[in-house]
Amino acid sequence: MGLLSKKDAALIKDPLADNNPITIQVLGICSALAITAELEASIVMSISVLFVLGVGNVVISLMRNIIPSKIRIIVQLIVVATLVIIVDLVLKAFAYELSKTLSVFVGLIITNCIIMGRFEAFALGNGPWRSFLDGIGNALGYAVILIIVGFFRELLGSGTLLGIPVLGDPIEKTGLYAFGYENNGFMLLSPMALIVVGIIIWVQRTRNKALVED
Amino acid sequence: MFQDHIKIKNMEHIELFFKSIFIDNMVFATFLGMCSYLAVSKKVSTAVGLGAAVIFVLAITVPLNWLLDQYVLQPGALSWLGAEYADYDLSFLSFIMFIATIATMVQLVEIVVEKFSPSLYNSLGIFLPLIAVNCAILGGSLFMQSREIATLGLATTYGIGSGIGWFLAILAIAAIREKIRYSNVPPALRGLGITFIITGLMAIGFMSFGGMLTGGDEEAKEETTVAAQVVPTEMNTELANNTKIEE
Repeated sequence: MGLLSKKDAALIKDPLADNNPITIQVLGICSALAITAELEASIVMSISVLFVLGVGNVVISLMRNIIPSKIRIIVQLIVVATLVIIVDLVLKAFAYELSKTLSVFVGLIITNCIIMGRFEAFALGNGPWRSFLDGIGNALGYAVILIIVGFFRELLGSGTLLGIPVLGDPIEKTGLYAFGYENNGFMLLSPMALIVVGIIIWVQRTRNKALVED
Repeated sequence: MFQDHIKIKNMEHIELFFKSIFIDNMVFATFLGMCSYLAVSKKVSTAVGLGAAVIFVLAITVPLNWLLDQYVLQPGALSWLGAEYADYDLSFLSFIMFIATIATMVQLVEIVVEKFSPSLYNSLGIFLPLIAVNCAILGGSLFMQSREIATLGLATTYGIGSGIGWFLAILAIAAIREKIRYSNVPPALRGLGITFIITGLMAIGFMSFGGMLTGGDEEAKEETTVAAQVVPTEMNTELANNTKIEE
């Protein structure tokens, strides 16, 4: 971390665990839950949010002195919408199947609360470089949760990771399936995403008592 | 296929209405508007205020964005301007147009409500700015677009239905959270953790409504196949008759 001062490094490190956007700040839940049935979709969604939040934070931070505060929400929405259109078009061009899976949830990055939340809380009051780091940090914190949830849901739900079977073949009964193991199709249903996130919160708060709510 | 359905018009509305409330519930089936759902559900009274505001804004923005989609954004939608505009495809602009419409409408609604109904403004007012960035609102418009809802009337029904679905969800969780304060929840799960898990269980419960639709659909399909067989023959005989008369 020779490049970054201690304060700057904290901007990236904090959101990964102790100030995680999903489990602590409760931002950006919608997309985190809806698209995590497959690991691949989770990773692509994370990269999209990383791009939008990193670039968006810099743009807003550069414009922070010329945006009238009354219309700042509309300005912010337009900036995000433009970036999201770029992401959407890139996805449609290079990963069409995946963009069908993500369907409207790419568009919903616009109203992903993480993005508006970071614009409001950080980019409007800080310089571009620090805003960039803050954006990257929060997007990574979001990505960590998405990837954990996606990992468990795909592994337990369909026995694959990134579409590659890792637990053996369920039809020919090889690997784990030879011992009577079965895929838990329930993990692929959307309510399980909520319960998996609930369990992540439980584990995190058991390890760090300071985060417990009354 | 859907256009082939021979149905009473009102049935279509009622079906879409209940479908958008229960089967495609915004919160439990698609997880839209979760941020405000979790943040504003500590008390029933505030939950009711936000829920009412969401119904209101969805009922306005979904039909508005339907018009926008139909007459400006869709491929070929600009043909009403003249033949040379017929092959324009502006659908890549939908995100920015939808969100601009929503943000403007929310501001407008806020001003109008403040002017004409101060009491309503006092109960909804603080929630209106929150709503511009509620995923449920943009999600309503985007699902309206991707599910290709056919008419303006159906779009309004869809908007109101999904709003009521969201309202029900936030009301239910707020009531549960008020009661759960008296239960002995493990300390690390208190607050956010248990809310997630309860929502998950409620979502599993709501999945049972899915049967409502499949049951109805199967019958409808049988009817339409019968109807589809009948209609062409009738039309053929009519056509035949017409041609005969002409001859």
